[in-house]
Amino acid sequence: MDLKSLYREIVNEHNLRPSHKAAIENPDVVLRGVNPSCGDDISLQLKFDGNVISDAGFVGTGCAISQASADIMIDNIIGLEKEEALKQAELFMGMIKGEVLSENQFDELGEAAALQDISHMPARVKCAELGWRTMKEIIDNKK
Amino acid sequence: MQDYRKDFPIFISTDCVYLDNAATSQRPQSVIDAVSDFYVQSNANPLRGLYDLSMKATERYESARKKAASFIGAGRADEIIFTRNTTESINLAAYSYGDDAVKEGDEIVISIMEHHSNLLPWQRLAKEKKARLVFMEPDESGVIPEKEIEDKICEKTKIVAIAQVSNVMGIRNPVEKIIDRAHRMGAVVLIDGAQSVPHMKVNVTELDADMFAFSSHKMMGPMGIGVLYVKKSIMEKMKPFLMGGEMIEYVTREDATFAELPHKFEAGTVNAADAYGLDAAIDYLNMVGYDYIEKRDTELVNQMMEGMKKMGHITIYGSDDPSKHNGIVTFNVEGVHPHDVSSILNEDGICIRAGHHCAQPLMQFMKVGSTARASAYFYNTKEEIDRFLDCLSRVREVAGYGS
Repeated sequence: MDLKSLYREIVNEHNLRPSHKAAIENPDVVLRGVNPSCGDDISLQLKFDGNVISDAGFVGTGCAISQASADIMIDNIIGLEKEEALKQAELFMGMIKGEVLSENQFDELGEAAALQDISHMPARVKCAELGWRTMKEIIDNKK
Repeated sequence: MQDYRKDFPIFISTDCVYLDNAATSQRPQSVIDAVSDFYVQSNANPLRGLYDLSMKATERYESARKKAASFIGAGRADEIIFTRNTTESINLAAYSYGDDAVKEGDEIVISIMEHHSNLLPWQRLAKEKKARLVFMEPDESGVIPEKEIEDKICEKTKIVAIAQVSNVMGIRNPVEKIIDRAHRMGAVVLIDGAQSVPHMKVNVTELDADMFAFSSHKMMGPMGIGVLYVKKSIMEKMKPFLMGGEMIEYVTREDATFAELPHKFEAGTVNAADAYGLDAAIDYLNMVGYDYIEKRDTELVNQMMEGMKKMGHITIYGSDDPSKHNGIVTFNVEGVHPHDVSSILNEDGICIRAGHHCAQPLMQFMKVGSTARASAYFYNTKEEIDRFLDCLSRVREVAGYGS
């Protein structure tokens, strides 16, 4: 399977059958993230156990890339410490802005690395970033 | 079908199916040559020079003004102000006319279908003057009913601003009725002609429009040049828009008197080369003729709408009548976000617009977040629409909805 169809398959899977697109019980923080120009609109919910993200979910609407990216992100960050989640966000945003990542860094991003091709679609960068940007905002605000 | 495509070099340099003509059209070689020829044959700063080259530049710039005036049926060339585009034209009208004409408690009437460029300048004016911005709303098929016109335009109305053709629905608004009602209430009317001028013959004198704005780039002319027509009697009362060179008569340390109309509204070195390009675009458009353009618009829209209806899972917005779309088909594919529709089509070299089309209040009114829009012009072919429809029919499959 080539990279393009791998990307498409992962995006379609997370868009049509998301694992985390639902409200969670007793979230500590709920924050809305919006891309006004294209109408992607999510509400990200995080629950913390000390420094660790113990649960997360999201509700909202938007294009396949925005919804899939948020779903994949949540897969990745549940169980991570805040600082680790922020580091992943930085890696992810760097990747889709076209920065070259090492193999270890790709591994760290897991499925999210499949969105690498977005770096060739400038108009879609904001869609892919939405979930990550919102998560970063929550954690930055809590500091 | 006439072979006009050979006049457009972009169709030789790329294999794209270009269906975003409502955003900007393509340009024929004659327009590209005119802009280039201005710089090769006549480049100097127009309007001020006393030497031959500058006079030639001035002559070309002013002949473009005459051409633009007769193109939209204006009685006089000095009723034409050159701007950068429709947006700047409407801002000019809102500042230079609106600032003095609108007072607290007055009303400005627009429609919910307006492009942001015919909304935000009036929003600004209404906020600053504590005036009320009133919206006329269309029915299901996109038509503004007569009652809506009677109800919304009243004695309090000072300005009515309305698109002649909606950039989302493609539908023609009843501007004659709106102008008639506004004039009976003592209001001044600005018509946004950005989407109408490329597709239908316009005559501002017959319409009795007080102001009329349009862009060159949507009618095959260069980007960066636009027109604001203003009736002479109204223009005489308007204050300057931008201050600076080329718009003055006499300047002292504390004061200035302004140049004669319309130069008073064209501060700074003007975009003469692109005005000359617009002149060539008007010639080209007249050569093709509106009869042919309207015929092709209807044929191409009909083909798109019929194809989409057969496909299923597609919602088409606006009128059922293809002749009322002015080349524009706005639609959604069930379950697939318009941005994804556009991205998927792009992989097959098909260019369509997706998003809110600079008309967010209309999207809210229609209760859709965004839509996809394919917009054709006379140079598009049946084969291109076939290719578009063929790719469109596979979008849901690509987006993961089984085959």
